[in-house]
Amino acid sequence: MKRSRVPLVATVAMLVFFYLPIMVLVINSFNASRFGSTWEGWSLRWYLRLLHEREIWYALKNSLIIAFGASFVSVLIGTAAAFALHRYASRLQKTHYAMIFAPLVMPEILMGIGLLLFFVALGVNLGLFTIFLAHVTFCISYVAMVVLGRLQDFDFSIIEAAQDLGANWWTVTWRVLVPLLMPGIVAGGLLAFTLSIDDFVITFFVAGPGSTTLPIRIYSMIKHGSPPLINALSTILLVVTFTAVWFSQRLMEDAK
Amino acid sequence: MANGEFLEFEDVSKYFGRIRAVDGVSLSVRKGEFFSLLGPSGCGKTTLLRILAGFERPDTGRVLLNGRDITALPPHERKVNTIFQSYALFPHLTVRENIAFGLRIEKRPKKEIAEEVERMLVLIQMEDQAEKYPDKISGGQKQRVAIARALIKKPQVLLLDEPLAALDLKLRQRMLMELDLIHDEVGITFLYVTHDQGEAMSLSDRIAVMNGGIIEQVGTPGEIYEAPRSSFVAAFIGDTNFFEGRVAEVVGGEYSRLVIDGFPEVLCFNDKHISVGNPVYLSIRPEKFHISREKPETGNRHNVVQARVEDVIYQGLMTRYWVRSGEYRISVARQHSRFLLDETPIRWDEDVWISWHADDGYMLERYSESDEKLVSLPPENIGEVNGEGNGAA
Ligand SMILES: Nc1ncnc2c1ncn2[C@@H]1O[C@H](COP(=O)(O)OP(=O)(O)OP(=O)(O)O)[C@@H](O)[C@H]1O
Ligand SMILES: [Mg+2]
Repeated sequence: MKRSRVPLVATVAMLVFFYLPIMVLVINSFNASRFGSTWEGWSLRWYLRLLHEREIWYALKNSLIIAFGASFVSVLIGTAAAFALHRYASRLQKTHYAMIFAPLVMPEILMGIGLLLFFVALGVNLGLFTIFLAHVTFCISYVAMVVLGRLQDFDFSIIEAAQDLGANWWTVTWRVLVPLLMPGIVAGGLLAFTLSIDDFVITFFVAGPGSTTLPIRIYSMIKHGSPPLINALSTILLVVTFTAVWFSQRLMEDAK
Repeated sequence: MANGEFLEFEDVSKYFGRIRAVDGVSLSVRKGEFFSLLGPSGCGKTTLLRILAGFERPDTGRVLLNGRDITALPPHERKVNTIFQSYALFPHLTVRENIAFGLRIEKRPKKEIAEEVERMLVLIQMEDQAEKYPDKISGGQKQRVAIARALIKKPQVLLLDEPLAALDLKLRQRMLMELDLIHDEVGITFLYVTHDQGEAMSLSDRIAVMNGGIIEQVGTPGEIYEAPRSSFVAAFIGDTNFFEGRVAEVVGGEYSRLVIDGFPEVLCFNDKHISVGNPVYLSIRPEKFHISREKPETGNRHNVVQARVEDVIYQGLMTRYWVRSGEYRISVARQHSRFLLDETPIRWDEDVWISWHADDGYMLERYSESDEKLVSLPPENIGEVNGEGNGAA
């Protein structure tokens, strides 16, 4: 029997559709030419130029501080939220679910504006701290979702077994619960990290003077010249993000 | 075996909303005993076990272990350990680490832990599997690791919740023997939960039969089988025939004559001295009947009744006859030698005689004033489902 070609063609078309623009960007980042329209041979000059862009390094530093901070805090809160959602069935549970997962589907621009108005109303100075808070709010949802997924096929009789063998609450947590949930927690953290480091819309609203992050820096570079530099920078960002996502996927699968 | 009450439940109840999972249970278990809780699904066995382990707080009553009230103690402070039905091994630890878990928590010296674990590995014959993870060993092996993991804590009582339910028949029979050996070896009190009467009968020193949250009867396997105190017990343990009648006359002190609607009068042993006129159930186990084509010559303590064969089911170990007499369809089991050589086996539609000794019938009071629940109508089918006694349910 001859197998249909349709699935193959469809897959290839999808891949082209998704990845062609990115491929163009990546290849162009190695183009010696200033302009993407002509090819003047392979070169790493844009990557070298990046080294001298102090503005970019500054933005990167901001991005990393926020990404590390936000993913750490959202892992703590998100994991706790997942536990609460899973363990304590109450009449409000549906509402709790909705509240936790709303940020996943809420338009970013809405969240951005909402947070901006909120911070202004409170009289908080916009800056790194407000970006950090904003990132924590949406990262919590993702962490909670990933950890909840792990909890759903967690055999809770294991916890009773540990208690039965003499483990108190503290020991159960550190000897059983955390080791078994670690892959989920780390995966959630990595996901939060990648979301935080390349978030643009929300960050754009709540950023203040001097708190430029990398995506915002890239955006302003597009407006004021130097596309090849952006290509190089985006490629690096791409690699970092992909690695983190790949890693989190690996962790999820290993644990299965 | 040391006597005296070692583990006691005093009027323990547990309600889940309107469900009375455990309803005023009082029970005492002796030290070193192999004690089984036997009953149909949903009768509250697991709940009672979880109350003892500390996972459920009873709504009434208390639990005493070695004279000490442990009702309020959290699970990790009780000197009892549980074998969970799902085994509940720690998937992130090897067999060796699983077994060592309980002692590690106690922060015992490393050397001592290593020695104890080694002893356990020998006991469960898994020395060569010690470094494997639980998902790499078989069901029977998981079971043994779960046993070792609990035994290493030297519990005062070992709780087993249907530990063999997940195993196939062959393995179950092997584990049954191993459990028996382990119990003899370690001398710890075992509290064993099962809905399989075959398991309970073959392992236990004593059995408590549970039904709907209450204890129907406590006794040795022999007592429970031969002298059931309620129609539920009679029907749940093994297979039986029930007749509904009334005491008509007391004969010679220990015996009574019963009238049964749609059946001839019968003579029955009456050790409970149920008085004349009281309604009773008469329970007679299938294997107590003798079946023959000619009217048997019997003593005066025998009952002889004529019947017609409606069904013959050859079951290898025995043959089951369904015979009709009056309004009753009666199950008769008969073992036979020379089956293939017998030239005139009893067949369908033949007229036969069934007979039994008066001592082999068992009278159960139909309405007991002290405890209405004790005697209720025999549940449909229960006897048949569990009747074959091989525990393959
Ligand atoms: N956590 C719970 N919440 C509500 N009802 C429960 C709970 N645990 C048990 N029950 C109910 O209590 C009753 C007794 O349950 P239990 O698990 O003790 O039965 P069991 O004898 O162990 O049955 P099985 O042989 O099926 O394991 C059942 O009707 C069950 O539905
Ligand atoms: Mg149960």
